[in-house]
Amino acid sequence: MLKVEVKNLFKEYSGRQVLKGITFSVQKGEFFVLLGPNGSGKTTLLKILDLLEEPTSGEVWLNGEPVDYSSSKERVMLRRRIGMVFQQTVLFNMSVLDNVAYPLKVRGERNFEQKVKSVLELVQLKGFERKNALTLSGGEAQRVAIAQALVTEPELLLLDEPTANLDPKNASIVEEVISHINREKEITIIMTTHNVSQVENLADRVAILDGGRMELLGTFQEIFRSPSPNKNLAMDNIFHGVSRITNEGTSIIDIGDGMHIEAAFKRVGNVTIHVPPEDIILSKYPLISSARNTFEGTITQITDIGHIVRLRVKVMSSKDFIVQVTKRSFNEMQLNIGSKVYIAFKASSVQAN
Amino acid sequence: MGLKVSGGVCILYEGIFWEEVLNITLLSLKVSGLATLIGALIGIPIGTFLGLRRFKGKRTIMRFVDVIMKTIVNTFMGLPPVVVGLIVYLLLTASGPLGWLGLLYTPMAMIITQLIIVIPIIIGITMSAVGSIEKSIREKALSLGATETQAALLVLREARMGVLSSIIAAFGAAISEVGGIMITGGNIRWWTRTLTTAIVIETELGNFTMALTLGAILLTIAFIINLALTIIQVKGARE
Repeated sequence: MLKVEVKNLFKEYSGRQVLKGITFSVQKGEFFVLLGPNGSGKTTLLKILDLLEEPTSGEVWLNGEPVDYSSSKERVMLRRRIGMVFQQTVLFNMSVLDNVAYPLKVRGERNFEQKVKSVLELVQLKGFERKNALTLSGGEAQRVAIAQALVTEPELLLLDEPTANLDPKNASIVEEVISHINREKEITIIMTTHNVSQVENLADRVAILDGGRMELLGTFQEIFRSPSPNKNLAMDNIFHGVSRITNEGTSIIDIGDGMHIEAAFKRVGNVTIHVPPEDIILSKYPLISSARNTFEGTITQITDIGHIVRLRVKVMSSKDFIVQVTKRSFNEMQLNIGSKVYIAFKASSVQAN
Repeated sequence: MGLKVSGGVCILYEGIFWEEVLNITLLSLKVSGLATLIGALIGIPIGTFLGLRRFKGKRTIMRFVDVIMKTIVNTFMGLPPVVVGLIVYLLLTASGPLGWLGLLYTPMAMIITQLIIVIPIIIGITMSAVGSIEKSIREKALSLGATETQAALLVLREARMGVLSSIIAAFGAAISEVGGIMITGGNIRWWTRTLTTAIVIETELGNFTMALTLGAILLTIAFIINLALTIIQVKGARE
């Protein structure tokens, strides 16, 4: 298993600084999570760790040895000990079997049938061997991508938002596989995500990346239950406010600008809350529902990520909510930037820390 | 007696007619086929290399190099065969720099001529086919432990339909080409006469039966080539 040390890492693309001095280390067998919004430099950092990108300055050490990015021999040698799953699933135009066998074939291994078979069983794709990989659904394709990364039994696994584009069923299969291999094989894992609930279940330690800088580093408890929640966590749907308990036994959190969010927990005082984007319902008309939180807002940003569309909805001209809808309902609702929409979520969807 | 003889001549004539048609067709296929084969062996690696260049280097410089390179390749793709024929003639003629090889008016001279015509076509189409494969495919291959060469081969494999199209398009251009091989092959009967050059001479001589027969064969070959290209494109679109 690999120990990873990142020392004062900088990365610049044509004058634009993407990483601005990142330092951290990950122990052998540790599950390390990088949290942060889109554009915070998460993907770039993972690509540098996978030796696909070269840092502008700074160093990466693997098992106590500095990585020489200029040696193509060393790049190939180290990449062969590392597995990476990309956010955008890329598979080759060949059968699932050949896709999963590819990493073994480039290493000159002949007897791959058994390894491919057992890794496909692990990602619950038994019997998919002969299918062309490009005919698979998004979730199946991402599971093939995970099988490709795992089939060589890497010492370090890099996961770039492995569940971001997946439906809940596929996402839970992927999470199960990831936590299984972390426990069973003690592979060192570095995963990026912007889903906080994933972090609590999986991560040993969490780092928050924002604008190319590492803002916070610690265990989930240390970060999300820290007594000083004034740190501006640059995450999706994270709000800070003051909570009070209502007569019904729920809490009302005042997050400023006259906005109140109702939550199912009982807390008093300063809290940081999080609403998972997938728990928010989007509607073009005012909603009459059991959801305790309903707000009117305007769409300010539309990001197409495969069959899911992420929308940024501005509420009360100050608070941004990230909402996920499937592409199909996005098209059916004929949404645009500037469209007036209503968002709703249950009190039980609001997570505190 | 006279009748018998004339009948024999007739049969003899018929036999020679078809023998010549076969000879011409086979020579055409041989010259264009070999030119395409050698052209593919030279053009595909160069096209792959140029197509992969896109993945490296600084963006602004790369774009500049890209434009220059594409312009050059495209110019050569549209090279008039007659001009190629003229240049190859001047090289191979007895007093030319390569005259000592004694290749002028041989099938080899024709293969060289068509080679110069097909190489830019194969490079151009292969280059854009390889270039159209997502950068992420190469990155993924490298991430999975491939060496640079293995990753390049994988990109080439992903671009296989485009590469196959380049070969078929090159063969199509070669088999229907007339000006270049007319000059360097000399259109010598039973030796360097191909479908296209034969049609020219037979039409001039008023032998329309021969000209039309050869024309029909050429058309059939063109049809088969286009059928193959269309099948590849339809298959490519479905994938």
